[in-house]
Amino acid sequence: MAEYQNIFTRVQIRAPAYVGVTLPRGAWVRQGKGAFIHLLGRFGDAQIGPIYLGTTGLLSLVCGFIAFEIIGLNMFASVHWNPIQFIRQLPWLALEPPAPANGLHFPRLQDGGWWLMAGFFLTSSVLLWWLRMYRRARALGMGTHVSWAFLAAIWLYLVLGIIRPVLMGSFGEAVPFGIFPHLDWTAAFSIRYGNLFYNPFHCLSIAFLYGSTLLFAMHGGTILAVSRLGGDRELEQIVDRGTASERAALFWRWTMGFNATMESIHRWAWWFAVLCPLVGGIGILLTGTVVDNWYLWAVKHHVAPMYPHVFPPVIDPATLTGAPK
Amino acid sequence: MRNSFLVVLGAAAMLAAVSGCERPPVETVQTGFRGLGMEEVINPRTDASKTKNNIVPAPIPAAPADGPLASSVYQNVQVLKDLNVAQFTRVMLAITQWVAPPDQSCNYCHGANMASDDRYTKVVARRMLQMTRHINADWKDHVGATGVTCYTCHRGNAVPKNVWFINPGQSTENGLTAGNAGKNKPSTVAGLSSLPYDPLTRYLLEDKNIRVISKDALPDGNPSTIKQTDITYALMIHMSESLGVNCVYCHNSRSFAVWDASTPKRTTAWYGIRMARDLNNNYLVPLTATFPAHRLGVLGDVAKVNCATCHQGLFKPLYGESMAKDYPELQGPMQQHTDVPATAPADGSPPGGPPPTAALQGDSK
Repeated sequence: MAEYQNIFTRVQIRAPAYVGVTLPRGAWVRQGKGAFIHLLGRFGDAQIGPIYLGTTGLLSLVCGFIAFEIIGLNMFASVHWNPIQFIRQLPWLALEPPAPANGLHFPRLQDGGWWLMAGFFLTSSVLLWWLRMYRRARALGMGTHVSWAFLAAIWLYLVLGIIRPVLMGSFGEAVPFGIFPHLDWTAAFSIRYGNLFYNPFHCLSIAFLYGSTLLFAMHGGTILAVSRLGGDRELEQIVDRGTASERAALFWRWTMGFNATMESIHRWAWWFAVLCPLVGGIGILLTGTVVDNWYLWAVKHHVAPMYPHVFPPVIDPATLTGAPK
Repeated sequence: MRNSFLVVLGAAAMLAAVSGCERPPVETVQTGFRGLGMEEVINPRTDASKTKNNIVPAPIPAAPADGPLASSVYQNVQVLKDLNVAQFTRVMLAITQWVAPPDQSCNYCHGANMASDDRYTKVVARRMLQMTRHINADWKDHVGATGVTCYTCHRGNAVPKNVWFINPGQSTENGLTAGNAGKNKPSTVAGLSSLPYDPLTRYLLEDKNIRVISKDALPDGNPSTIKQTDITYALMIHMSESLGVNCVYCHNSRSFAVWDASTPKRTTAWYGIRMARDLNNNYLVPLTATFPAHRLGVLGDVAKVNCATCHQGLFKPLYGESMAKDYPELQGPMQQHTDVPATAPADGSPPGGPPPTAALQGDSK
């Protein structure tokens, strides 16, 4: 007898392809009739399509492609169009923002102009994709929760890439497009501004990040654990609580004294996920504009504890008279 | 059954991926106050190979303190005028062991006429002797009582293994493609990161400001940029790699800037940066015209010193064992018992002083 499981499903339920609800007048039509791919069915829905691209989707893909090409071709040029070196050095390569001395001027292409163009097209692409998500949700008669969550991530991206650099008066403050280079930027950013771990909004962002993973594991685990009792029918159980819901709730009351409900757990998860980039963006925005050294800020406000000295006193040699320059 | 095998395989692959290049065992030793992560990381396996590569050669037996001055016996003795013949010969022997290629021996620097300055190697060696004495006499803030000898850097090589040249990077492809801002390729100086590939020119040759972190909590006009921080970061990684230590060997990572939270080693390192800068500008750069083209970098610049030149992966070169104590000849002008002490100072360049090399370069040609 075949056994039905929720993840890594061994049994694939096949029904006629679902073509979706009727679209409002004037919109593009959906393309294709839908097809089934067995491999996808192993860890999700086997049905692919019908596809809806629409104006925003098409424009978003075009803008994204332009940004991708600007970044990729400049990286390729930086290894003298050598395909082997391109692959080998790819994690190191980047498209760099303009030099700090450039301020907020539009530089020549080779001096950061390409970076600005890539940023413009990538931002356009992301915003168009956001609009598409919002409109698709509306067209299906859904709420727009997903698009607002996406906007929280876009907020962080925009703070890093354009809002903060403009407030600082230099595009050079922004992040390079590159795998290792953007990570180096992150470390250098924290070093320059006196340790970002003392930034309370960074603290909050980490709490929401880790909280999100914790909630994800708790919720996913709970539902899988009661799916044999019908717990995977979450939406029905919001309004018609069955034994799966009761057992799951009792389990959490027993283990930690309190339980979310079938409905509220999704609000918990949504807010934790949204608040992670939202407060993170605030933390980045305040850095350099309002606070220049987070460690000293934390000392000033008695956030950073002081520890006993275990080394002999160390003083800055540059302050000694007669020291070399 | 097959599934659990896959899970085990996946877990093993993940473990391999996250454990990085250094496989266990890795030991940590707490150095600062508890709970702060102030600890040194020790890998017994890599330590074993380091120990093998840092064995101090047995000292040459000490020279008798009496005898005629070398300068009165030999011609064209310009630096070691204060040594007697036995001491002088001992230094020459040491250099032959430590620096000269074995198949060339004395001939590496000297021709048939030992006094001649025909060979560039001899002119360089003379300046390097001055440099060694200068380090031992004037840079005790960095080298302490341990001191240095030729061997500290050379280790039997005519040119020390760890020297550096100005790295201009790759030329850009053409007028319209983006430049790389001096970074974004594997930086050998900065631990193969994508950080700037030539922080040394800026900090160990020029004296650009290394400090980027503000001294006040709120914005106070500190103009340091993130790109500038990248270069400082690259220099710090160079120091870390050169010494085989982590950040908290010198700093308390809660605040890289604050001195009273740092370890005393940060002071030693601070002087080390100034020392490298002094040696590069006052001893090596003035030798540029002396060296033949094949000893120079792509921009025609001379080989220069950085932290790795002496340290070679260790927190103290040769694990801090002092060779210099066995070679008083390399410490500075020596007092002779039998003869009148040499009047001219062997080495007259204080830190940051003008390079006394004009005459030397004249001699070389």
